[in-house]
Amino acid sequence: MIHFVVHEPGDGVGVVVVEGVKAGADLTGWVMDGDITLKMKSESDIPIGHKISLNDFKTGDTVMKYGVDIGKVVAPIKKGEHLHVQNVKTKRW
Amino acid sequence: MTNLKDATFMGYRRENGRVGIRNHVIILPLDDLSNAACEAVAHNIKGALAIPHPYGRLQFGADLDLHFRTLIGTGCNPNVAGVVVIGIEPQWTGRVVDGIKASGKPVEGFWIEGNGDTATIAAASKAAYKMVKHASTLQRSPAKLSELWVSTKCGESDTTSGCGANPTVGNAFDKLYDIGSTLVFGETTELTGGEHLVEARCRTPEVKAKFRQMFDRYQDVIERHKTSDLSDSQPTKGNIAGGLTTIEEKALGNIQKIGKRCIVDSVLDKGEEPTISGLHFMDSSSAAAEMVTLCAAAGFAAHFFPTGQGNVIGNPILPVIKLCANPKTVRTMAEHIDVDVSGILRREENMDTAGDKLLDALMRTANGELTAAELLGHREFVLTRLYESA
Repeated sequence: MIHFVVHEPGDGVGVVVVEGVKAGADLTGWVMDGDITLKMKSESDIPIGHKISLNDFKTGDTVMKYGVDIGKVVAPIKKGEHLHVQNVKTKRW
Repeated sequence: MTNLKDATFMGYRRENGRVGIRNHVIILPLDDLSNAACEAVAHNIKGALAIPHPYGRLQFGADLDLHFRTLIGTGCNPNVAGVVVIGIEPQWTGRVVDGIKASGKPVEGFWIEGNGDTATIAAASKAAYKMVKHASTLQRSPAKLSELWVSTKCGESDTTSGCGANPTVGNAFDKLYDIGSTLVFGETTELTGGEHLVEARCRTPEVKAKFRQMFDRYQDVIERHKTSDLSDSQPTKGNIAGGLTTIEEKALGNIQKIGKRCIVDSVLDKGEEPTISGLHFMDSSSAAAEMVTLCAAAGFAAHFFPTGQGNVIGNPILPVIKLCANPKTVRTMAEHIDVDVSGILRREENMDTAGDKLLDALMRTANGELTAAELLGHREFVLTRLYESA
């Protein structure tokens, strides 16, 4: 079962594609470009469609998705945690 | 889908050679004062469709030009068999009538000043009667798939849009582009963060420069009026609930809709009709009904609408095909979804099979199968305004 998908190798985030991902769960991820399988543990409850962090991030770091800069980290994030508006903001506006 | 180049559908060949997939007679108000009369005509003549809207008074400059371009373009759309225009006075009414007359299709205008609603409704109903009767005799005939103009816009996106539904459109767009179709995408501010990727896909330096100019023009509007980082409105609450975090992330998902092979062949202003085939970028709002209304005005006959959280809009004359890769949405809002591509995220299908599934839905829609939005009566007609009336 695929729990999360990643667009490209090198992305800092995966997208959870099943409902019911809870903190502590063992997850299987699929890197779409390259057809690679990943294994990791979730550190948060993550709703379907939301992102899971694939790295540890510090405030000010850049988050990559699709191989492109999608925003800046505004609060520290641990690998496996829920990554969203509480810890990442736009750089553009 | 094998051999797309020779694929045909049964469409309505209009007077100017364009092919439509619906056969509407529309009762089109020039202005807000004429909505009541238009609705009365549509009530009198079964099969006529009124398209009320709130604007058309004291507009000026580019905003007024856009108003006329949108109304005239809507009337000229190949999904429309005939038009009755009603306005408050004869001059601006005549301007819309003349614009639609250029397409060769039946069009007549009526005005309320000096006549009153009741007499106007009677005269316009007589015209609509003849038009609907005539439209009912028109027959579909074979047309090449490449003659079907297809637009796209995503709405209430979430992260499944970027992973699944939008790349499905991209796959279908690549295949349609290869056979010489006419395609359009837009949502100018929703490219923010990925605009360099669109620039790289422009065919010539001139196209690239025009794209840049449109993009920067819209960014100026945002910068001038914003009171925050827009994280309350763009991305929307629905986007955020669905997992999209920043406009950059939304943009990258958005851009998946133009596939891998499409080249941007020209840049269009809001509601402007393309003059060549290929993929076009249209400067446009990211608000769904506004953008689809602009696509209809530019002459597009079918629309791919990928959604994540479940956008429900349609359009009075442009059939909107909804596709979705979110398993929760296809389950809880099934009546709104035409094509379920949630199998991509379960690895049950790939982008190629999903793209073919979408093209199959396009063929069925082209041949007359009604979309979810049509069945549910979603006929959102939303005019884009550029600034206040004088």
